[in-house]
Amino acid sequence: MSERLERSMYSFVLRYSGRNQLYILAFVVLSWPVGFMLLDLPKQIINRALEAKEEVFRLAVLGFAEIPLQVSQSTFLVILCSIFLALVVVNNALKFHINTSKGRTAERLLRRLRYALFSRVLRFRIPRFKRTSQGEIISMITAETEPVGAFFVGAVVDPIFQGGLLLVAIGFIIVQNPWLGLAAAAFYPLQIYVVPRLQKKVSALGKARLREIRHLSDHVGETVSGIVDIHANDASNLELARFTDRLSNIYNIRFEIFQRKYMIKALNNFLDKLAPFLFYLFGGLLVIDGKLDIGQLVAVIGAHREMSSPWKEMLNWYQQQADARVKYDQVVSQFDVDDMLDDALQHTDAEPGFSLAGEIDISNVSLVDEDEVRRLANLTIKMGSDSNLAIVGSGNSGKDYLGQVLARLALPTSGQIKIAGHDLATLPEAVTGRRMTYVSGAPFMQSASVRDNLLYGLKNRPIRPAEYDDEEAPGRERDFAEAARTGNLASDYKADWVDFEAAGVKDMDELFTRLIQVLEVVEMSDDIYNLGLRGTVDPDRRQDIAAAALQARAGLTERLGEPEYAGLVEKFDRSTYNTNASVAENLLFGTTVGDAFDHDRMAENDYVLQVLRDADLIDDMLAAGRSVAETMIEIFADLPPGHEFFEQYSFISSDDLPEFRTLLSRTEKTGADDMQPEDRASLLSLPFKVVTAQHRLGVVTDELEVKILRARELFAEGLPDDLRGGVEFFEPEKYNAAGSLQDNILFGKLVYGQAEGMRRIGGLVAETLDNLGLRGAVLEAGLEFPVGVGGSRLSSGQRQRLGIARALLKRADIMVLNESTSALDPAAQDRIAAKVLEARDGQGVIWVVNRASMASQFARVAVLSDGQMAEQGTYDELNKDGTALHELLQSG
Amino acid sequence: MSLNEEVELLRNIPLFAKLEPSKLKLLAFTAERITYEPDQNLFSQGDVGDAAYIIVEGAAKVIVDTPDGELEVAALGRNDFVGEIAILCDVPRTATVRASAKTITLRITKDLFFRLVAEFPEMSVEIMRELASRLEHTTQQLREALAKNS
Repeated sequence: MSERLERSMYSFVLRYSGRNQLYILAFVVLSWPVGFMLLDLPKQIINRALEAKEEVFRLAVLGFAEIPLQVSQSTFLVILCSIFLALVVVNNALKFHINTSKGRTAERLLRRLRYALFSRVLRFRIPRFKRTSQGEIISMITAETEPVGAFFVGAVVDPIFQGGLLLVAIGFIIVQNPWLGLAAAAFYPLQIYVVPRLQKKVSALGKARLREIRHLSDHVGETVSGIVDIHANDASNLELARFTDRLSNIYNIRFEIFQRKYMIKALNNFLDKLAPFLFYLFGGLLVIDGKLDIGQLVAVIGAHREMSSPWKEMLNWYQQQADARVKYDQVVSQFDVDDMLDDALQHTDAEPGFSLAGEIDISNVSLVDEDEVRRLANLTIKMGSDSNLAIVGSGNSGKDYLGQVLARLALPTSGQIKIAGHDLATLPEAVTGRRMTYVSGAPFMQSASVRDNLLYGLKNRPIRPAEYDDEEAPGRERDFAEAARTGNLASDYKADWVDFEAAGVKDMDELFTRLIQVLEVVEMSDDIYNLGLRGTVDPDRRQDIAAAALQARAGLTERLGEPEYAGLVEKFDRSTYNTNASVAENLLFGTTVGDAFDHDRMAENDYVLQVLRDADLIDDMLAAGRSVAETMIEIFADLPPGHEFFEQYSFISSDDLPEFRTLLSRTEKTGADDMQPEDRASLLSLPFKVVTAQHRLGVVTDELEVKILRARELFAEGLPDDLRGGVEFFEPEKYNAAGSLQDNILFGKLVYGQAEGMRRIGGLVAETLDNLGLRGAVLEAGLEFPVGVGGSRLSSGQRQRLGIARALLKRADIMVLNESTSALDPAAQDRIAAKVLEARDGQGVIWVVNRASMASQFARVAVLSDGQMAEQGTYDELNKDGTALHELLQSG
Repeated sequence: MSLNEEVELLRNIPLFAKLEPSKLKLLAFTAERITYEPDQNLFSQGDVGDAAYIIVEGAAKVIVDTPDGELEVAALGRNDFVGEIAILCDVPRTATVRASAKTITLRITKDLFFRLVAEFPEMSVEIMRELASRLEHTTQQLREALAKNS
């Protein structure tokens, strides 16, 4: 879609659905005679089949043809009724077809509109996003197009359809009595005059409301992204007040809209009811005078009722289209802007083998931003794309703007950048985004796995088509046909988009090796390794990793026998009680999946209670619960309510403590069976959390351990099928899908309170995995780690490292980094810069550095000051008294 | 060892001797119990001090780094309280403490320690008493040393 969006909703609708609308219209027209016949037939049945005594019965067709039929009266009745039945079927079939066609047409239009809007978002110039917020764009593409789409359904067809029905009804009345027909329609001219005038004001209010709603979603978006500072500044009240203020505005506008809208409705209704009044009065007088028979009057009143519904629909339609028009105009005016990336630049594919290796020639580049501030002034830099350059400057030197200009994220206001003889401004994105690569200080992370984020830069076009089985294939084909029909991009998202060649590898295995290489460059492989250990692996999908983990489990068990590691891990053993696991874990002897066996609510689970009863554990557990509660009350009673110790250490929250105190005295003498179920559950819930080794509460006695082991057996044996999925048992020979990779390898609990136990065992696990050659498998699992929304589960430093790794993977001719290591400590910044330069030896690197001292590693240095070139040269040339570089170095 | 036994043990330490049993129990319950193998360090000289330790079982030695190598300056045993200087005055560890046998300690983090002091003022009086007596002890040692030299 390179052309402009249609300025008016109707040209959009007609342009992209004109033929469909005609098609639907044809069916609508077809439905009219059927509708007329359906009105007319009951009359014929009464007048001609039941009351008339004729030789020849005549069937009237649409008021102009009469078909004589030589049949008996009862046969004629059967014929008429059969026709009636047939017409009812036809009428409904037509309506069904019309409605589905309308729905489909509308959905296609909506889809086309949304796609057009979204594709424009991708073509907006970067500075535009400073003025248009995310919240506004989201609300425009999703919420605001929705009612427009709903209106598309009947944009053309509805007025014709309802208008037709109306004409049929009026025609019917006029045939009965022309005066009454006129009377029925008497108020229409008045309504036609008044309603648009009232509607105009409503439309204006609608526009205002839309603006307010956008501000609202903008505000919500802002609040979510600024939540940290809102809390840190105790600004919730201010934000709430601001939100309230907006809601008030919306309320006021809305209220006024309602008043006017329903005013229009009320007026229409009143005029509508005025007609029957006239019928009854004047029609009645005509009947009394004998000028009109009563049957006719009843028929006319019936017909008016038929008329009033399409008329109301027409008015409804008018209001809707006014509303939809406002929305369409408002949305389109936001998206149809002049300064957009040329569509051709975005969608032209690069010539195979196209290279940007050559001279980088930046001449007289200036940049004036949208606030008319000069950010860059007459910069001229020449360098080969096989060399590297550090751009140095203070925070407001404009160096970051230069980084953006080099990546064509901002266009120079004057001057030119030529790379290998090509004007950067005219190169398609397929070249600038592949032969060049840009790393910002806050690289974008999708809410997907680490691997997906690393490969993001290699996914430019679908490379290998996805394979579909016979069941899926037709569906997918339909999807593509539909996409093409509505101007959407028909590339298969599910295809394999990873371009091996771009990364310089042949297959998945080589790619993995390469991924690890680039992760080493940014010193991220250890982090990924640890993520891998902490992450879960789907053993069905990655049988190799699961099998490897089981191998490591066996290997580790052996090593744990060595004196150095003795007593650090208490392995899971079905026949012994694990003192470093909680009572709940000991009972389940597995990892919970979902919340069926949520440890905090074990005592409320009927099946668990059943098992406790069968194992004769209820009384013991209640006694243990009492003991825990008594200890907690004794220890924590003196602390003020809400003290942080409650949160950190207590089994009972400060709010519940008094409750437990009365509960203890209340239930002192009652047995388990006489206790209130809630009291029992409260007491029972406490011992489930006890970890013998950690809490030293002395409630889990040897006797209790034996009983819990018995209960463990009962629990596993009798587990009903519907709860099967709630727990994944610890089995020595089986991979536990619910546990982390590390838990699977350890297959036990770290013994509580062993000095440096975690570190020692971590080292042993790593060593075992390395010895088995499984480091790769763990790294692979780590690559599957989901980074969270915007990469929020990673630190900002990790995100920056991944950003650089992603750029390295692509083997672009020129790599531009814009303060890409600012979140790392200085030593790490220097190390990573050195490693990146080494990895890209002989390929272009332009690095906007955040610390001047990083420049010492680069072949050339350019120093910016106030957007101007202060000096250029090698680091050694520039590093002397009196230079700008020297000054920057001195200031840290 | 159960909570109650730990409470008994804490009662024997002068610093905590005057605390009510329920507060000792709180201390025992919130403190972390850590076991050290022989030759493992509880902490090393120069580290940031983040916790104090009560030796529940076993023995440890206090070692100071000198230009001539490590120098053992004191031996610690059951019921000794060690490492409080660093958390009280925010200085790096002044010595290394190393387990000389299998040793069990109660680790009281700086956070926990200060919260306990804030919660139970009688503890701070005890701490003052203890520190004053140590000061008196060191002063005496200094006096003796000076007398010897002159």
